Amino acid sequence: MHIQIDQIAKSFGATSALHPVSLSIPQGALVALLGPSGSGKTTLLRILGGLEFPTSGRVMFDGQDATNMSVQDRRAGFVFQSYALFRHMTVFDNIAYGLRARPRATRPAAAEIARQVTRLLDLIQLPDTGSRFPTQLSGGQRQRVALARALAIQPRMLLLDEPFGALDAKVRKELRQGLRDIHDETGLTSIFVTHDQDEAMELADMVVVMSMGRIEQVGTPAQIRQTPATAFVKDFIAA
Amino acid sequence: MSDISHPTRFRRASDDSPVARLILIGIALGGLGLLVAMPLLVVLSQALAEGWGAALTSLASHDARSAIRLTLLITAIAVPLNAVFGIAAAWFITKFDFRGKAFLITLIDLPFSISPVVAGLCIVLLFGANSTLGGLLVAGGYPVVFAVPGIILATVFVTFPFVARELIPVMVEQGRAEEEAALTLGASGWRVFTTVTLPNIRWALLYGTLLCTARAMGEFGAVAVVSGKIRGQTATMPITIEMLYNEYLSVAAFSMAGLLTCLALITLTLKTGLELRHADALAATRRH
Repeated sequence: MHIQIDQIAKSFGATSALHPVSLSIPQGALVALLGPSGSGKTTLLRILGGLEFPTSGRVMFDGQDATNMSVQDRRAGFVFQSYALFRHMTVFDNIAYGLRARPRATRPAAAEIARQVTRLLDLIQLPDTGSRFPTQLSGGQRQRVALARALAIQPRMLLLDEPFGALDAKVRKELRQGLRDIHDETGLTSIFVTHDQDEAMELADMVVVMSMGRIEQVGTPAQIRQTPATAFVKDFIAA
Repeated sequence: MSDISHPTRFRRASDDSPVARLILIGIALGGLGLLVAMPLLVVLSQALAEGWGAALTSLASHDARSAIRLTLLITAIAVPLNAVFGIAAAWFITKFDFRGKAFLITLIDLPFSISPVVAGLCIVLLFGANSTLGGLLVAGGYPVVFAVPGIILATVFVTFPFVARELIPVMVEQGRAEEEAALTLGASGWRVFTTVTLPNIRWALLYGTLLCTARAMGEFGAVAVVSGKIRGQTATMPITIEMLYNEYLSVAAFSMAGLLTCLALITLTLKTGLELRHADALAATRRH
């Protein structure tokens, strides 16, 4: 899906988290929103997912105005920073949640839900964990379950908030490749938030550098590395 | 002492000296015995002073049965109401950001700090026959004061904080992420509440409800003011106990007191039993 962000601004009371920003994300891209904490990257992601609404500006999905579309109607697969798995449900029930939440007319039968959940468990390479609870999984496994749960609703885009933030360095490297593979396989437009420039440069097709609620530069990792547009970008990627 | 028999055992800095430990244990057990166990024993022994027959006969009298029925009815109405109010208040406070949140939390605690008698008086002033609102209600055939609705109001007011107080810290700790995740997966607000919020708070809700039940059955001060103490009509169990005691009917008074105590003990036993039985599930929802 092609995403167009048109002069989006967001303020919480007197503080503005986003000054008007505009951005065009082509169909099927893997995009990193890169910046230090407080740069507005998570706010932008949450606006795309429908968890926050902008103070002004428009969001377009495939050319259609989606600014006021409800979070449920957006069908954005969202992976939360601490995964937000349902702690009282098994892995199977977590992944099946979105399918079971559909209106009766479009809800798949139990057997079809089971088939899809099993397929997703294979995709994230965690077969046979369906009956476990989130607390019985490692951090990396939880992250993959969160990804499978988001993919189960056949999302129109994938939004990930610091997907590797809570993991140690070794697992992080493995899962980066895992996300790249899943992106390439599904072809979903995917946007992830990170403060780690290595992660952004290594994984993304397109990097959006943000600071203080503004977009500093948009480009491929090579462009940003070779010709940083502002002093901030130069400093940030040198760090 | 143990340092000689176990020379390798290290003493932790936080360990108290044996003397201090003995004194603390003594104070705790002595206090429990004096303030909790002895009164319980006295109540039961006084109730059975003239044997089981006399105790049961006094409980079977018309007024006693009416008091028991009334207390159970009040509890059955007040507790569900407060469970719903408590969930709504805790939800509102923890899931939304707004000005005056601290003030609202203080307001929820108000029934804990206000004397129940004052609460009862407020209800009399608001709904009594001398007030405008009360006059209209009495004229319409729905008296509040000196009738069951007033007792329900008084009980609901006094027991209001129990459920909300249990839920607020749990819901604050759990945050909003799971609910947000459910929304992005397409669930409606109501579905999120029943499938994510409610299962996550079910233990705190149960505790709050049980404490609320015990307190609702035993409420005296506020009910004494609003009920008018009409025997066989508006006298609840605690009120009846006081009236019987003042009339020197000690077997009847203590039998009723014993029954009220047993009802409270049943709720506490229920809570402990559930805790033991679901220890694993409790641990699983608390970790994470």
